[in-house]
Amino acid sequence: MTTAERKIVRPYGDTTGDGMVQVSFTLPVPHDKRAEGAAVQLANRMGIDPAMLVHAKQMGDGFTFFVVYGRVNHLVDLSAVQVVERDFPLLSAKEVNAVVKRRLRRKLSVVGACIGTDAHTVGIDAILNVKGIAGEKGLEYYRELSVTNLGAQVSVPELVEAARVARADAVLVSQVVTQRDAHLHNTREMSAAFREAMPAGRRPLLIVGGPRFDETQAAELGVDRIFGRGTTPGEVASYLVHALITSKKAKVA
Amino acid sequence: MSGKLELDPALVVRARELARRAGQPVVDLARSHTTVSVERAVLRLAGVTGADPDGIPWVNRLVDAVVADVGLGHGVAVPVFDALVREQISDVTLLAQKAAAGSVRFVHPTGKAATAARRAARRAVAVGVRQVDRRRAERDRLVKRYGDPAQRPWIYLIVATGDIYEDIPQAQAAARAGADVIAVIRSTGQSLLDYVPEGATREGFAGTYATQENFRLMRAALDESSRELGRYVRLTNYASGLCMPEMATLAGLERLDMMLNDSMYGILFRDINPIRTFVDQRFSRQVHARAGIIINTGEDNYLTTADAVDEAHTVTVSQLLNEYFAHEAGLADWQLGLGHAFEINPDVPESFRLELAHALLARELFPEAPLKWMPPTKHMTGDVFRGNLLDGFFNLAGAMTGQGILLVGMMTEAVVTPWLSDRDIALQNVRYVLGAAGGLHEDFVPAPGGFIQQRAHRVLGEAVDLLERIGDQSLLTAIAEGTFGIMKRPADRGKGLDGVARHEADYYNPATEILEAA
Repeated sequence: MTTAERKIVRPYGDTTGDGMVQVSFTLPVPHDKRAEGAAVQLANRMGIDPAMLVHAKQMGDGFTFFVVYGRVNHLVDLSAVQVVERDFPLLSAKEVNAVVKRRLRRKLSVVGACIGTDAHTVGIDAILNVKGIAGEKGLEYYRELSVTNLGAQVSVPELVEAARVARADAVLVSQVVTQRDAHLHNTREMSAAFREAMPAGRRPLLIVGGPRFDETQAAELGVDRIFGRGTTPGEVASYLVHALITSKKAKVA
Repeated sequence: MSGKLELDPALVVRARELARRAGQPVVDLARSHTTVSVERAVLRLAGVTGADPDGIPWVNRLVDAVVADVGLGHGVAVPVFDALVREQISDVTLLAQKAAAGSVRFVHPTGKAATAARRAARRAVAVGVRQVDRRRAERDRLVKRYGDPAQRPWIYLIVATGDIYEDIPQAQAAARAGADVIAVIRSTGQSLLDYVPEGATREGFAGTYATQENFRLMRAALDESSRELGRYVRLTNYASGLCMPEMATLAGLERLDMMLNDSMYGILFRDINPIRTFVDQRFSRQVHARAGIIINTGEDNYLTTADAVDEAHTVTVSQLLNEYFAHEAGLADWQLGLGHAFEINPDVPESFRLELAHALLARELFPEAPLKWMPPTKHMTGDVFRGNLLDGFFNLAGAMTGQGILLVGMMTEAVVTPWLSDRDIALQNVRYVLGAAGGLHEDFVPAPGGFIQQRAHRVLGEAVDLLERIGDQSLLTAIAEGTFGIMKRPADRGKGLDGVARHEADYYNPATEILEAA
């Protein structure tokens, strides 16, 4: 098919089909002829052939930085590109605020805590504190979210009570300690307590996060969502908006 | 006062007067309260070291034991030194161990016993303060021997691997590549730990734990680098969070040279209780003053959450408050690394001229302070080429406005923790700009009545207006209502409030007594 053929692309330098790319990298060797040869060899292995070594500079004692331009012999078939679709759109802080303001017409209430004996607030603080993580601000920064961070070693009854007082739309629980599967036991205890204390329609969205959770175990643990290592505040905020506002309205409509 | 901006001197005086008026009630509050961390810092100066098998420092165990018996409001020094006499122990750490085991009861002595305990406490704390003094003299000697960096601004670079033994070669390599100041970023969340971890640490989250041993190891390594390079390489860490007074104390004991120490950062960005923060801050600044440490304040942070043009005046207000609190605690102008940042959206027309106006305003308001100039972070997008250009303009603004300490911007900000090559490219950028235009501040005089002057006047005017409003209510109310960086932080909320106590009539703190007598 001609359309399928047109889906093959290669990088563009200044002429269609020239395949030109530019890469830079560091090798842990001092700068000499051999180092330059090694850089060209690496570029060749990456599919860049011919490779033009345009810049080499030694840094400190045993490292050299290289810039390489060259023609890459790989092709990309656009029709074969697989994209993993997130099941909710990733929104900016501004967009999250706008959706909450327009559709919910009140602040979205979030309560967070580390439960059980877990004193590792790194995770919950990265998600909730204004400071955030990796340059991304935490949920406290979102004007339309009202955040209550209960901190560490919160008991499940305390958490349920705080969620009730704050009229929580969502409860975020962070669990780092995994000794004797403490994170799983604590999560089950927490979800059971919420089910017992509140009717299904009034129960806040339950979210747990931590580096050792299996993200597919949500149903088994009785929570709505699990977030693993590397989750950012923006993902959590986007999910909240999706689960509490946009997907709900969609069902009604 | 070079007067490049032709600021109205009466307005500048007025701004300082208003900052004093806003800050005074907070100082009164700080003088009439203590915190668990202040008391732990006192015990550290008195010689309590080490931690229990669970890693909880003995200072924490001892303060907790005293508080359980007699409360916090008298201060822990007198009950501790009274118990030392009664138990006939000479070592305070040993007393802490016994107290933790529950075999010591603390009382609040009166009469002769109280006088004796005060005297003994003061003697023990004086030993710690003398150690801080010796460290300061040692720094003076080394600076004299190896010299300060040849240029201003000093080049400030961050290292953070989580492992102190990885940090050391990286810091030494950075110093060789031109860094004058090395900052070891702390592990995420350390500011919210209510204790200082112990020992050398090899594992952290996006940073390395600040511990006394890590301080010592890194300072020793940089002393080696200073000798090798023939210039004194400074070391920075963080006196912030719930253990601010202890961090300051450990920094003084281990000859750190700069500490991040903002008056409001913990309140706004970490939701630490405002009173806890102000009490801790005053004590930590008294220690910094004594130790000859340069503080770095955190005004750059406001601009990462609020708009850098609309909220530029909040930076000026915070600088004025930080200056007031710092002077009150005994810090000299040369110790005030007041912060500000290059955070205006580059898509805003004339953004660079606006940056110059703001940077020059800080320079002219605080002519003797080594201002800390912070690089762009908010508008770094992952387009590393554009980022490198933006960093070049940041460096140029620093050179044109005579900044004191320049934190090196990374083109990979918001992408990765800097690679070796990122750091090298960033330093090359700094060297090029300082080499090509390092003296440009001599020639750079904005046109009278022009864009830059007008902008600076406007920001100063807005700062004075805001200070007027704060003065009418109080700084604590202003913080509670979200005046700075949009966060609302009421005085009766936030972390660490349960570690705060009002002074009883007989409150005694030998450290404060010694530091204030100086």
